[in-house]
Amino acid sequence: MTQSRDAAIVGIYEYPLRDVEGQISPLQMKAECAAKALADAGLNWSDVDAIYDAGEGGGMGGLTIAEYFGLNPTVIDTTNVGGSSYQFHAAHARRDIQSGKAKVALLTYGSTAHSNARAIGVGGRGGASMHPAENMDAFAGMTLISNYAMVAHRHMHEYGTTSRQLAEISVATRYHAMRNPEAVKAMEDLEFLDIRETTVDDVVNSRMIADPLHLLECCMISDGGGAVVIASADVARNCRKPPVWIIGSGEATRYPTSGGDITTSAAVVSGPQAFGDAGVTPAEMDIAMIYDSFSITVLTLLEDLGFCAKGEGGAWVEGGRLKFDRPNDGPALNTDGGGLSSNHPGMRGIFLLLEATRQLRGESTSQVGGAKLAVAHGNGGMLGSRHAAGTIILGSD
Amino acid sequence: MSEPQRPLPRADEFDTREFWAGTKEKVFKYQQCNNCGAIMFYPRAVCTGCTDSDLDWKEASGRATLYTYSVVRQSYHPFFRNLVPYVVAWVDLEEGPRILTNVVGVEDVSQVEIGMALELTWEEHEDLNIPLFQPAS
Repeated sequence: MTQSRDAAIVGIYEYPLRDVEGQISPLQMKAECAAKALADAGLNWSDVDAIYDAGEGGGMGGLTIAEYFGLNPTVIDTTNVGGSSYQFHAAHARRDIQSGKAKVALLTYGSTAHSNARAIGVGGRGGASMHPAENMDAFAGMTLISNYAMVAHRHMHEYGTTSRQLAEISVATRYHAMRNPEAVKAMEDLEFLDIRETTVDDVVNSRMIADPLHLLECCMISDGGGAVVIASADVARNCRKPPVWIIGSGEATRYPTSGGDITTSAAVVSGPQAFGDAGVTPAEMDIAMIYDSFSITVLTLLEDLGFCAKGEGGAWVEGGRLKFDRPNDGPALNTDGGGLSSNHPGMRGIFLLLEATRQLRGESTSQVGGAKLAVAHGNGGMLGSRHAAGTIILGSD
Repeated sequence: MSEPQRPLPRADEFDTREFWAGTKEKVFKYQQCNNCGAIMFYPRAVCTGCTDSDLDWKEASGRATLYTYSVVRQSYHPFFRNLVPYVVAWVDLEEGPRILTNVVGVEDVSQVEIGMALELTWEEHEDLNIPLFQPAS
């Protein structure tokens, strides 16, 4: 196998609370997560020479973060492509490590979206703007949920996909969330009603938010944060935990075009890139950490990543196939509970890397026995219009 | 306190000001490149199809097809919260441009379906008009 094993995730930390009651800033959350992820790796601040940051902590992106952390990085990457930023960051960290520019890369995320009472999903999209696309779109009152719902409607129209099939995704993630104490506490703190495993009937009988998406097909809005430490092979070999190698990556974008196909996402480009880079196939994946902002996001991305053909996702996810204790017929989906039932503070990409790493270390609360390979796919922006796709393939020793 | 208003575009935004100026006369304008034929929507400064950009403004007939839609049932926006349920849609004009808009003029939102024929209708405002779509007559 020609697979490269030059850079590995060696340290992770997920902020345990989803409601900080406005008592902590995103910047503070990022720093606490960074320190704990470094400790998880057995490294210290002084080991870090590269910073990757989407700028959500405020200030001047990488510079502000470097000062707050007391670092003097020689690599700064402030790519911000929404929720997929952290897949891009991981890809860039691996590239920078491979080129010899970096040894230890630090990625952090912090958000108090819940405390700020941001109505991310139903807030409507701002007012008029000096960006031309927003200046064309704002009058229509498209909520974020209705953007994704338009993908779902077209998917149903073209392929006969049903709400009951989409509901399978919500059911699988809740199944996993109920086994994750932090996810259960998240749902309690965010005052979810009737916190339990769900059924397809529960999902399709929940309130319609934007046709055809029901309440239980939409992610939560939480506070949250996390950090990931990525190191070169020589550093990784001396870290506390077994390395989780970044063996493939892909990046792509997509936006509305005349006659374009809204049921296909940028993952159709980034997925094959990443799997090709890693020299593995979707069928070999034990774990699929797929950005679950909504049920339709996962269905579309599973197809585009190549787990099944375009249009066949509905039938493919039926019968609880995505649950962690069904390991022989496809990957386990979002075993932390996902954005649907564990953690979605606005840009969820970092949590995909965290849970994929836990699985390949054997530390998940819904552990797949002997998990060796995982895909973490982030979608940033909005699936039904302009969005970015970042695919990362991870492998254990 | 005045009634909440639909969020209106800025008439001075550099790329889209020509489009919005056209709406005053209820003309739907889009760009096409004389050099390569590429259709541009939203409007832009430079052709995305070729580097010999020669963009021209064309007028759309207003005949269109519903590509996809959603019925918004929950919005916290001060204007749109009073409008629910309303239909947000991607609509394909017969000339090619795809626009994000609302489908109006239906008695019940259940009458809206993908592939239905639509026609342009204008919601009137003081300095510009908003392009919405209704079932074709």
